[in-house]
Amino acid sequence: MPRISVLDMPDVPNGQLPPHIQLQKTRVFCEKNAPTHTDYVQHHGSYTSMDVHESLIENFHNNFKVNVIRLTSDVIEFDMIGIDASLANAFRRILISELPTMAIEKVYFVNNTSVIPDEVLSHRLGLIPLDADPRLFEYISDESSSSSNERNTIVFKLNVFCKDNDKRISVKSNQLKWLPKGSQLNSETDGGGNEYTSFRCSQDSPEFSHKPIGLKHDDIIIAKLGPGQAIELEAHAVKGIGKTHAKWSPVSTAWYRMLPEIVLMKEIENEMAEKLVKKCPVNVFDIEDLGAGRKKAVVSNPRACTLCRECIRDEGWEERVSLRRVKNHFIFTIESTGSLPPEVLFTEAVKILEEKCEAVIHELSF
Amino acid sequence: MEEGLRENSRSFTFSLVNEDHTLANAVRFTLNQNPMVELCAYSIPHPSDNIVNIAIQSTDKSAKAVFNDGLQDLRSMCQIVRDSFDKSVNDFRAELQESSESKN
Repeated sequence: MPRISVLDMPDVPNGQLPPHIQLQKTRVFCEKNAPTHTDYVQHHGSYTSMDVHESLIENFHNNFKVNVIRLTSDVIEFDMIGIDASLANAFRRILISELPTMAIEKVYFVNNTSVIPDEVLSHRLGLIPLDADPRLFEYISDESSSSSNERNTIVFKLNVFCKDNDKRISVKSNQLKWLPKGSQLNSETDGGGNEYTSFRCSQDSPEFSHKPIGLKHDDIIIAKLGPGQAIELEAHAVKGIGKTHAKWSPVSTAWYRMLPEIVLMKEIENEMAEKLVKKCPVNVFDIEDLGAGRKKAVVSNPRACTLCRECIRDEGWEERVSLRRVKNHFIFTIESTGSLPPEVLFTEAVKILEEKCEAVIHELSF
Repeated sequence: MEEGLRENSRSFTFSLVNEDHTLANAVRFTLNQNPMVELCAYSIPHPSDNIVNIAIQSTDKSAKAVFNDGLQDLRSMCQIVRDSFDKSVNDFRAELQESSESKN
């Protein structure tokens, strides 16, 4: 990287950063021992002495870009270009811990003679992803369980047993049966009249949902039953967020990485080029024929780079290959657990950050 | 949600209850981009407290007004992100449909 000495810089600032500082500002350098220039220049006035006044906010509307790379029913991969890590990270954090979903929170056991203790079985039930749109439900208030109604609770029933002389059986998630009309259990203490939920109407009416509520996967093994064992229970699912418990997290993972950028500092030809292509385990480099038996190495697939640094490990290669990351280009991946499609999860996450801002703006107005 | 010592002062520390790095780091970023801001930083005094402190020093506006501007900036950035994301997803879907139609 050519460095410009202070003495060689123009006497009058011309509103441009010297190329090496511009590079340090926009790229992370992944060197042999450690990455360098990993910091972000935060303050707007950092380069005032060079007459550079850049504000990400002013031109954000024009500079910000999103490219969708891959979109399936439960995974989205997209590029966010022209944004700061603080915002990308805010979206990631919200996706993991602040977007609500529905998950089983209370389990009422009628009978459990299986080898799995009640509390372990309840925990397993809690982790099962439900196929229910959390936007149709409200949070349950803390006051009492009697406030469970069709707007905040989903009820499932599990009633399985293994006959005396049968083989052992597996209890799978598809044996949980949805009860759209609410709990069927009666409280013993109150003389049998008091139910655990008070649904005013059935949840399978069209105003609730266009599709019946169920489980995302039918083949999750919940328990195993030996001959003569039985489980009878009712599971109540409520709305919650991942901050409270990971079972409410709507994503299995949400992560981002900065776009890799690989620059060949010198022409790499012939055997050296072939050596370089062989060094890379993910085939970032390719060979270009120059004619007359000459070959040249080129960077054909920088996106695949995992930054293993294998290509710069040997003596002398660090000067030939420069591994960098683009600081304002994020490759964002969201894997949904199934309550909402991944693209909806992201827009909901952005909405939550907006709501946070609005809440504080509202507080400030007093 | 917020508290401080003097109203209308140029330097002020806001304590936000029930917030964390998610909002504080994002709003610190937008505030630092604002030419009115001399200094802006945040800290979480103790990990088990539900509080984040955001300190702001401004050049001439009151810190409260600057904080408000920073939040408005963040909100409008979010709206831009949401709009361009939705547009890209729709474009991607349309493209996918087009290519599958041309195959048939």
